Amino acid sequence: MTPTSNEFRFSEAALAEIADLRTRFPEGKHKSALLRTLHLAQEENGGWLSVPAMDRVAEVLDLKPIEVYEVATFYTMYNLKPVGKYLLEVCRTGPCYACGSHRIVAHLEEKLGIHDGETTPDGMFTLKTVECLGACGYAPMMQVGEFFHEFLDEAKIDQFIADCRAGKIDVGTWRQSRFAQ
Amino acid sequence: MSRKLLLENAHIEGIRTYEVYRKHGGYRSVEKALKTMTPDELVEEVKKSGLRGRGGAGFPTGMKWSFLAKPEGVPRYLCCNADESEPGTFKDRYLMEFIPHLLIEGMIVSSFALGCNTSYIYIRGEYRWVVRILEKAIAEAYANGWLGQNILGTGYSLDLYVTPGAGAYICGEETALIESLEGKRGNPRMKPPFPAVKGLWQSPTVVNNVESIAAVVPIVNDGGEEYAKIGVGRSTGTKLISACGNINKPGVYEIEMGISVEEFIYSDQYCGGIPKGKRLKACVPGGSSVPILPADLLLKTANGDQRLMTYESLADGGFVSGSMLGSGGFIVYDEDQCIVRNTWTFARFYHHESCGQCSPCREGTGWLEKVLNRLEHGQGRMHDIDLLVDVAKKIEGNTICPLGDAAAWPVAAAVRHFRDEFEWHVREPQKSLTHSFGIKGELVPSTTAGIETAVAHH
Repeated sequence: MTPTSNEFRFSEAALAEIADLRTRFPEGKHKSALLRTLHLAQEENGGWLSVPAMDRVAEVLDLKPIEVYEVATFYTMYNLKPVGKYLLEVCRTGPCYACGSHRIVAHLEEKLGIHDGETTPDGMFTLKTVECLGACGYAPMMQVGEFFHEFLDEAKIDQFIADCRAGKIDVGTWRQSRFAQ
Repeated sequence: MSRKLLLENAHIEGIRTYEVYRKHGGYRSVEKALKTMTPDELVEEVKKSGLRGRGGAGFPTGMKWSFLAKPEGVPRYLCCNADESEPGTFKDRYLMEFIPHLLIEGMIVSSFALGCNTSYIYIRGEYRWVVRILEKAIAEAYANGWLGQNILGTGYSLDLYVTPGAGAYICGEETALIESLEGKRGNPRMKPPFPAVKGLWQSPTVVNNVESIAAVVPIVNDGGEEYAKIGVGRSTGTKLISACGNINKPGVYEIEMGISVEEFIYSDQYCGGIPKGKRLKACVPGGSSVPILPADLLLKTANGDQRLMTYESLADGGFVSGSMLGSGGFIVYDEDQCIVRNTWTFARFYHHESCGQCSPCREGTGWLEKVLNRLEHGQGRMHDIDLLVDVAKKIEGNTICPLGDAAAWPVAAAVRHFRDEFEWHVREPQKSLTHSFGIKGELVPSTTAGIETAVAHH
């Protein structure tokens, strides 16, 4: 999934969406579209933001590259290194911990043979512990792509990994529904 | 049975769609407000209701609205704060996910009251599927004439957009939210000037929490005085509480302000008690930032009065023996939970989320995490406990935004109420290691620490 070339181009659909995003803000305030444009770039760049991808974002939004870099490095949802096809983001904050999130992390580490922050050699899975995702009542939980997976236990994790390998897991998209078709 | 003003219809089949929402009385408040009321009358109505900001600070919403500057020829903005990220809090997500049109209805009425023609819902980026739900609902509202030009033929026009963030707790702070909405890093601004004077793009701006904006709908429909009849004293109306941790029925509950904490935890109508018959050890009643309380002080104030689910009652005793209602993120801990470990995860959270602008917060949260990590993993020293208190004191009040306070309070409160458990971690380092994170094969809960402390507090 990770592009090896230094090139990055937005799809036509993404460019149309970015043009629409710009109209949501007053004249000259199109920098406000940056965060969402970065989400689109990341999605179209195999799940992470390379320098060429960020430079392209700067170009389409008429910004200086540094304005894009400083934002991309601030927010945790932007991955500045390649990630696997499935990025497993497991919440590790207090309420999830109280419900056993550490056991979920340990199980994933053992099952996938990787530690927090690492990617499996086949490029399928990246494990990342994250801070509170607002699902404390449905703990333990993890986010994969667009969706939350809640009330996790070891058996559910095993099933989930099998479903990923079988290509049955939907990770969603940042595209708006009206452009998604 | 408790009255519900926000979630009454949230579980009707199809309520996410415009047709069903409208059939159940949706958008009535927009008709009433735009056709029969002036913006000033709306602000008065919200003042009369006594509604207080539901994001955590509890500042009166009507008063916040009345501070909005109105210079001639300058646009004004309303930003809805849907950046819900306070650990323990998931009420706004619930409201937006189940009954999205309620938020949109509230945004229209509130924007009209404030004289805004463009409004934004800033939502945390992780709630990606909720962005989709909201945008679908907004498209329906446009299609049915509730948004856009000349709404209901009144001459009032409003555009409403959803702008997602990208993972940063700090963007729930209103000036950081504004920075982020402008497409920048979420660094909070110095105040003054306050957003009411110079906010989004230097224009006068109001930032309100999702639940506050949704509450405007019943306030307009039934009148502020009716709303204020619910509750106790200055805690009026209903409050969404997101209950989690060691309880039988975690979830989001709409309560009438003023029920007792004990009823909330043990009644089958709400949390349904503690699983497996275990004892209540402690609770963080308003999101991770507010002081943790041991069971005895949670259920009764230091004076022996029953503790109620209100702003005032939860704060009774100040930080010596009280806490705060905060965001309504209600985290319950049973007797097996380790307070040191929990405090460590919170400290790690704040260190991770500090924006790094102010040294006391950037460095202090790092030290809190480091020292707690040491205590939790069996390498603590007795004087580390006072070191925590000292570092917390040096952060508190010394930063641009309240994140510093939010990081300091839970640590200070944990040491205040559970010092014996911290000392136990120093005295018995090998035992505290047995529940450590990441050590495989020995992942057992901190039973001993839990019971010792529970006994000490009963």
